[in-house]
Amino acid sequence: MSRQMTGARMVIEALRDQGVDTVFGYPGGAVLPIYDEIFQQNDIKHVLVRHEQGAVHMAEGYARSTGKPGVVLVTSGPGATNAVTGLTDALLDSIPLVVLTGQVPTFLIGTDGFQEADTIGITRPCTKHNWLIKDTDELAGTIHKAFHIATSGRPGPVLIDIPKDVQFATGEYVGPKQIETPSYQPAKKGDLAAITKLVELMEKAERPIFYTGGGVINSGTAASQLLRELADATGFPVTSTLMGLGAYPASGKRWIGMLGMHGLYEANMAMHDCDLMIAVGARFDDRITGRVADFSPGSVKAQIDIDPSSINKIIHVDLPIVGDVGHVLEDMLKIWKARGRKTNSAGLQQWWVQIEQWKAVNCLAYRNSETVIKPQYALQRLQALTAARKPYIATEVGQHQMWAAQFLHFDDPNHWMTSGGLGTMGYGLPASIGAQVAHPDALVINVAGEASWLMNMQEMGTAVQFRAPVKQFILNNERLGMVRQWQQLLHGERYSQSWSDSLPDFVKLAEAFGCRGRTVSDPAELDDAIQEMLDYDGPFILDVLIEKHENCFPMIPSGKPHNEMLLGEASTEGAITGAGGALV
Amino acid sequence: MAALNIHKGATSHSAYDLRDPHSQTIESHTLAVLVDNEAGVLARVIGLFSGRGYNIDSLTVAEVDHSGHRSRITIVTRGTPSVIEQIKAQLGRIVPVHEVHDLTVEGPSVERELGLFKVSGKGEKRVEALRIAEIFRASVVDSTLESFVFEITGTPEKLDAFADLMRPLGLSDQARTGVAALARGA
Repeated sequence: MSRQMTGARMVIEALRDQGVDTVFGYPGGAVLPIYDEIFQQNDIKHVLVRHEQGAVHMAEGYARSTGKPGVVLVTSGPGATNAVTGLTDALLDSIPLVVLTGQVPTFLIGTDGFQEADTIGITRPCTKHNWLIKDTDELAGTIHKAFHIATSGRPGPVLIDIPKDVQFATGEYVGPKQIETPSYQPAKKGDLAAITKLVELMEKAERPIFYTGGGVINSGTAASQLLRELADATGFPVTSTLMGLGAYPASGKRWIGMLGMHGLYEANMAMHDCDLMIAVGARFDDRITGRVADFSPGSVKAQIDIDPSSINKIIHVDLPIVGDVGHVLEDMLKIWKARGRKTNSAGLQQWWVQIEQWKAVNCLAYRNSETVIKPQYALQRLQALTAARKPYIATEVGQHQMWAAQFLHFDDPNHWMTSGGLGTMGYGLPASIGAQVAHPDALVINVAGEASWLMNMQEMGTAVQFRAPVKQFILNNERLGMVRQWQQLLHGERYSQSWSDSLPDFVKLAEAFGCRGRTVSDPAELDDAIQEMLDYDGPFILDVLIEKHENCFPMIPSGKPHNEMLLGEASTEGAITGAGGALV
Repeated sequence: MAALNIHKGATSHSAYDLRDPHSQTIESHTLAVLVDNEAGVLARVIGLFSGRGYNIDSLTVAEVDHSGHRSRITIVTRGTPSVIEQIKAQLGRIVPVHEVHDLTVEGPSVERELGLFKVSGKGEKRVEALRIAEIFRASVVDSTLESFVFEITGTPEKLDAFADLMRPLGLSDQARTGVAALARGA
């Protein structure tokens, strides 16, 4: 059946056929025909953002919290260039996005036309793939292909640049089933011989560890389930990167906390001293490894990853398994069971004794105060008052992000949205809106620092307009806290440009946007303030004035190995017996 | 040593790869990359090399299958064994890339380059240039009373040697295609 329609109509038709329910976007000259089509339908909801960067982060929040690709629609030129930070963020964190950009008409391309930019050239290094459409007949097929590429293999953002005349012209629509099987088909199943070899290593290992990452989350909820089953059945400890939090529950018996630069002492020590490291969907990022030459010197390393380029990129692994985490874990579990569910129980028992000793160091201890709110305390209270509602948590980037990762507990995948690879300040507020749009009835909280939050604060308008009751939990130290910490530790306490002067009154700001806000500075009022934030039916900004000079510990200083962590001021003896009383 | 044949989705290190992964020796490798001949594919490949700081010694590209719209890119690159492995894996990740072959480790291969060399001179030097060209089996494709353009095909080393000999005889300009390479045998 031949279906002729305009390019603009095709976009809507293709998105509908791909099951898209929400598009985050901002109109402009070069996408007006598509916006005209959006006006004339009700299947796809359009969320009007305030800045195109916000649209991409919202789509990321939507994608991370649902496992479905996020869709963005922006105009040519500045619309596309404003999307670049979000695209790069999604590429580094392997988030599936389909971004549609308008372009000047084909006959104006190359003439420096109004709002013309070489979008394909600019976004080539920050997308998994991108296309410029020159013929309306190619449009629908390319959109279907784009969804396939964004979501298969290692997920990532893709971009389709659509000139305005292509949107106006009429062409042939093809549905998702009519297009030929795309040649891009990454292998999903791992090599069974290698998996069997890994199981053999697992049976003998005395000090094994699962080092899990964002790949487990990206593989889907079944992968998280399999990881839980495997870890619980074998009794192996599980640590995770920032990106993988929630794949194995924080309440699980085998959980030893996040690893890395601001990871837990027990997790980093276990990584350093293990004899079998099983990397599952994790890529040995520099925040994880510390000094590469001294990274886990005595271990046999196995790595499961769907992207062959992640293997042996930074750390040489002894047993690489290329495949989808879910498929490989399933085969691992099957083979391990078939071979009699063996583990080295005597070795494991000793290993856990050692891990318990490391845990006893109590690396997250901090000196609490009765006069000023400590950021750690604020997050502990947030955790205590919200855990029952299984909140979706977004963060900005900096100290608050690391404290959130340390002090909030994630028991489910897809509930944690943070900019891990790129470290994009301004990510959290829009990401929280994206997650809220996907889960209208859920509790969605953005744990923010005041400086990061200001970077995309215009999106509060979006939250109010679309009645997204996102809770903005701002840990306000009037500093660029992480920058300040590094300047203190590494730059002779010369605090160059790392304070936030002339901050807005966040309560008045909330009111100006048409929502509610509150400032809290007294630890005794914190619970009440958090409760007010949770009870309010709408977006809320809670401005928590915290200790201004608190440092984030533990910390592996850059260039140091895992076993040379700084445990910080709070781990000194005086602090542990201090008067605060709420030590962890 | 078995051939390293990197297919998409395959492990990039086979158990039979006996090269020391930690070696810091810089090796030269010739890679053949089969790609869809679509807009921007060369920019993707070149952008990968510049973006990730890899070297390109030479690069040639042409469509080799007109009906299938496939092009073959031949790249001569340098790096430690782990960098070479990483380059191959990163190339394999590019969506329009179908196959990546490392001709240097996959078995014997033939490598050829075509060069055009302009030699200007008179008298004895001109005669000597012709004589050497004959030894190298270079052919004269343009001639004036004061210059020749020689066409020569061979390995890059042969072309280098030819250029070195022609330099004192009046080599004034040269153009080279870069390496095209194919595996030997069926």
